Amino acid sequence: MIKAILIFNNHGKPRLSKFYEHYNEDTEQQIIRETFHLVSKRDENVCNFLEGGMLIGGSDYKLIYRHYATLYFVFCVDSSESELGILDLIQVFVETLDKCFENVCELDLIFHVDKVHNILAEMVMGGMVLETNMNEIITQVDAQNKMEKSEVTSVLA
Amino acid sequence: MEAVNLLSSNKYTEKQIGYLFISVLVNSNSDLISLINNGIKNDLASRNPTFMNLALHCIANVGSREMAEAFASQIPSILVAGDTMDSVKQSAALCLLRLNRTSPDLVPMGEWTARVVHLLNDQHLGVVTAAASLITTLAQKSPEDFKTSISLAVARLSRIVTSASIDLQDYTYYFVAAPWLSVKLLRLLQCYPPPEDAALRSRLTECLETILNKAQEPPKSKKVQHSNAKNAVLFEAIALIIHHDSEPTLLVRACNQLGQFLQHRETNLRYLALESMCTLASSEFSHEAVKTHIDTVINALKTERDVSVRQRAVDLLYAMCDRSNAKQIVAEMLSYLENADYSIREEMVLKVAILAEKYAVDYTWYVDTILNLIRIAGDYVSEEVWYRVIQIVINQDDVQGYAAKTVFEALQAPACHENLVKVGGYILGEFGNLIAGDSRSSPLVQFNLLHSKFHLCSVPTRALLLSAYIKFINLFPEVKATIQDVLRSDSQLRNADVELQQRAIEYLRLSCIASTDILATVLEEMPPFPERESSILAKLKKKKGPGNLPDIDDTRWNVNGSAEHSEDTESTNKSPPSLMADLLPTNRPRPASSSPTLLSAGTMGSSHPFTDLLNLNSTPSAGASLLVDVLSDISTPAPITVSEDNFSRFVCKNNGVIYEDQLLQIGLKAEYRQNLGRIYVFYGNKTSTQFLSFSSSVTSSDTLKTQLNVHAKAVDPTVDGGAQLQQVVNIECLSDFTDAPVLDIQFRYGGTLQKIAVKLPVMLNKFFQPTEMTSQDFFQRWKQLGVPQQEVQTIFKAQHPMDTDVTNAKILGFGVALLIGVDPNPANFVGAGVIHTKNTQVGCLLRLEPNTQAQMYRLTLRTSRESVSQRLCDLLSDQF
Repeated sequence: MIKAILIFNNHGKPRLSKFYEHYNEDTEQQIIRETFHLVSKRDENVCNFLEGGMLIGGSDYKLIYRHYATLYFVFCVDSSESELGILDLIQVFVETLDKCFENVCELDLIFHVDKVHNILAEMVMGGMVLETNMNEIITQVDAQNKMEKSEVTSVLA
Repeated sequence: MEAVNLLSSNKYTEKQIGYLFISVLVNSNSDLISLINNGIKNDLASRNPTFMNLALHCIANVGSREMAEAFASQIPSILVAGDTMDSVKQSAALCLLRLNRTSPDLVPMGEWTARVVHLLNDQHLGVVTAAASLITTLAQKSPEDFKTSISLAVARLSRIVTSASIDLQDYTYYFVAAPWLSVKLLRLLQCYPPPEDAALRSRLTECLETILNKAQEPPKSKKVQHSNAKNAVLFEAIALIIHHDSEPTLLVRACNQLGQFLQHRETNLRYLALESMCTLASSEFSHEAVKTHIDTVINALKTERDVSVRQRAVDLLYAMCDRSNAKQIVAEMLSYLENADYSIREEMVLKVAILAEKYAVDYTWYVDTILNLIRIAGDYVSEEVWYRVIQIVINQDDVQGYAAKTVFEALQAPACHENLVKVGGYILGEFGNLIAGDSRSSPLVQFNLLHSKFHLCSVPTRALLLSAYIKFINLFPEVKATIQDVLRSDSQLRNADVELQQRAIEYLRLSCIASTDILATVLEEMPPFPERESSILAKLKKKKGPGNLPDIDDTRWNVNGSAEHSEDTESTNKSPPSLMADLLPTNRPRPASSSPTLLSAGTMGSSHPFTDLLNLNSTPSAGASLLVDVLSDISTPAPITVSEDNFSRFVCKNNGVIYEDQLLQIGLKAEYRQNLGRIYVFYGNKTSTQFLSFSSSVTSSDTLKTQLNVHAKAVDPTVDGGAQLQQVVNIECLSDFTDAPVLDIQFRYGGTLQKIAVKLPVMLNKFFQPTEMTSQDFFQRWKQLGVPQQEVQTIFKAQHPMDTDVTNAKILGFGVALLIGVDPNPANFVGAGVIHTKNTQVGCLLRLEPNTQAQMYRLTLRTSRESVSQRLCDLLSDQF
C-alpha cells in the first residue's frame, strides 16, 4: 500500500502532500522534511529506491522517487508494491498532469492544487492504485471538467 | 461545516469541492463525521456514478472506523451488483480493501466473496486490477476462501502474456501489455503454493517461461518506461518462481537473468537484482548458481556509487556466504568496511562477526577477523560482539595462546580502540601466562602495555583493567609489587568513581592478605561458558526484521556470556540451592554490597570465604547469564504447566522460594492459626526492566472450592526492575482437602506475555494445632482409633540421611507436637495434633519408626477420618 505521496521542489518546499495514513500535522511536516533530506542529497544516476526514514516507518517502507526538473515526486510504499510498478505510476501521473495542464510546471501545481488532487484521486485511492490507464484517467478528469463548466455557465446564465 | 453543506449540494462542482476539502483536511476522528457520513450515504444511494465515486473515494481516503461501521456492509453489495458501472466497481473494490485494512473485523465475509473472485474475469481491465488487489489482501487472511482465484488468475495471466497486445483496450503501457495487472496477478499467486492441478501448473510455468523469454527479446522501444514496465513484470515473475521454489530449471534461469541485471547500466535494475538474489540465495536449487556471481557482487560493493545499492550488495554477500567462500567474503567486507558509509557500518560489523563465527574453520582466523573488525570499525562494534569473542576464546582451549599473542600485538599500536583494550585486558588477564615465556611479552611488558592505555579509557574499561591486574598478581607473582603500587596510588584509592575505588581497595587488600592458595582459587581461570549461541544474530534480527535474514536458522538464539559481571570470582560461588531458598529477598544480580544471599552463602561454609565477603563485582554464573538474557530482550513465553517443583519442600516449613526463573522469583511467608492462614507472596523482578500488566490470582478446582476459601488481594499492575511486590493471600479451611490451589501469574516483559502457574503450598497439615499429652493418654487414644480405616501405614526407604535432629525438626515443622519419652523405644518418633477446619476438628496421632540398618521408615497415622489419615501420610512420607 502507498503510505504517502509527496511532491516538493528542489528547495524542499512542499507542493503537494497526500497521506493515506493519519499523522498529526507536525509529524507530517517532519516527514516531509526528513524525506526531502534523504532524497535531495542523492546524485542523479543513482537508483530510485531507498529505505524510508525513521518517521515513516524505517526500513519496512521504501521511498520511490523521481526527479523532474524542479520537482521531486516521492511515493512512500510498503513491501506489497512493486518498485518498478510504482516508478511507472509516477511516470503515468506526471504524463497525465502534463496532458491536463499542457506542459505542466511547478506553478500549475501551486495554482491548481484542487485539480492535481482530483487527478491523483483518479489514480490512487486510499493508498491503493486505482487506475493506471492514462486515457481512462484523462477521460474521467475531462468529464469532470465538463460538468464543472456546464454548472458554472448555468450559474452565470 | 461549510464543507458539509457543499457536500450535500446537488451541484457537481460544489459537491466535489466539499469532498476534496474533507479528504484533505478532515482527519479520521473529527466530530463532523456523522454529518459527513449522512452525505455519503445519500450519494451512495444516488445511482449517479460520479457521485458514487466521489463518495467511495471519500470513504477510502478517510478510512476511519466510524465510516467502516457505517458502510462496510453496503459496499460489497455495490461491488457485486450486476448493474454497477465499471468505474464504480473499481472504486468499490479498493474502498473495501481499504476498510478491510483499517478495521478488518467490521467487513463481513459472506456470499459476496465468491462473486468477487469472478471479477477476475471481468471485461474491464481496471476492474480486474482493482479486484486483484482486493483478493490478494483477502487471500492473505483466509487463503481457503479464495482458492478458486488461482485458476482464474493463471488463466488471465496467460491471456495477457501470450496475447498480441490488441484486445487489451488501452492498458498497454509503452508496448507492454497491462504491466500493473500482471504484477498484481503474480502477487496474488504468491499467496499460494504452486497449484496442484497439473494442467494449471504447466500453464503457469509456460507463462513464467514466456515472461523470462521476453526479457531476452530486443526492446520494442528505447524509452526507459518500456524496460521499466517489462522488468516490473519480470521481477514479479522471478519473485513468484522463488516463492514456489519447486522448478529448478526456472530458478536457474531466473538466477541467470538476475546475473545479467547485476551488470546492467540501469541502477534501479542492479538494485532490484541484488535484492531478488538475496531471496534466491536461500533456495537450495539456486544457491550454487547464485554463488557464481560472487565476483560481480563484490565488484558492485566496491564500485557502486549508490549507498542503497551497496547495502543490498552487502545483504546478498551475507546471504550467499557459506563455508566455501566465507574467507573471501569476510575479507572483502572487512576491506570495504574501512570506507563504508556510516549508516551501514554497524550492521556490517554484526554481519561480519556472525559470518566469521558461523563459518570459522579454525578459530585463529576468527580471532584475527574480529580483532581486525575492532581495529577498523571499533566504534561500531557493539558489546555483544566482543563478549562473543571472549566467550569463544574461553571455550576453545586451542586458540587461547594465539588469542593472547594476537591481542598483545594489536595492543602495541599507538592508538587502539577502547573495545580492543577491553578484549585485550580480558584475554591477557586470563591467558597472559600463555605468552609470558617470551621475553618480548614478559609479564611486566604485558602489564605496562595495558596500563599505558588505562588513562585513556572510560570507567567501565578501567574497572575491567583493574580486574585484569589482580589476575596478573595471581598469574605472575613477580609483578605483584608493581601492581600493588598502581592500586595504592591516589588516583585509584581515591578515585571519584565508586566502582573503581572499591575495586582498587578490595583488590589491594586481597593481594596483601590472601595466601597464594586462596588467591589462586579466587582468581581462577574462567570456566567455560555454557554453550550458547550468538546474541549478535538476535541483535541483527532486531535491527533488520526477520524477513531479511535468509539462510540462518530460525531458532531463537540465546545470548553469550557477559564479561564484566562474571569477571573474576564467580566460579567459586556455588551456594547450595536450599540456602537460597530460605532467603526471601530477591536474588538480584547486583554488583557490590550487601546481597544477603551472597553473605550467608559465604558464612555458611562456602569453601572460599573471600569470594563473598569481599563483595566484588560478582554474581553467580546463573546471574550473569540472566543479565545477558535481559539484554537480548527475547524471552520465550514459559509453558503454562503448573510448577510444583518446590511444593513438597513446603510441607514442613512455611517460608522460602517457591518458584524462580530468569525473570521472576516468588517467595512465600505463611502463618497459620487454627483454621485460618495468611500467605505473603513476594514477587521479585529479577530483570532491570519493568513488568507491565502484572496480575496474579488464585484458582482452585471445583472440589477444592468447597473445602477451602482462598482470597488473594489485588496487586499493582507494574513491578519495577529489581523491585519486589507483595501480595497477601488469605485462606480459610472449611473441611479436610487434598488438592492445592494454584497461583496464576501473568505479566508483560519486553512485549511478550509471560504466564506462570505455581501450586501454592497449602496443605492439610498447615492447620495442625500441636497437642501435648502423656504416654498414657497417647496410647489410650491410639487404641480408640483402632478401626482399620482410621489407620494408614506406609513403609518407605529413606531419601535423606537418617539424622534424629533433622527428623525432629521436620515433625515439628509438620505441625504436630513431638512427644518425647512416650514411645517405649526411644528411637521412635511420636507426635500428636489436632487439625482445625471450620466444620470439624480432627485429632491425629502419628508414629515414625526408623530402621537405620535397612535405611527404612515405617510411618503410621491414626486419625478419626480416613481421608485425613491418607493425605497426611502421603505428605509426610515424602519428607524423609
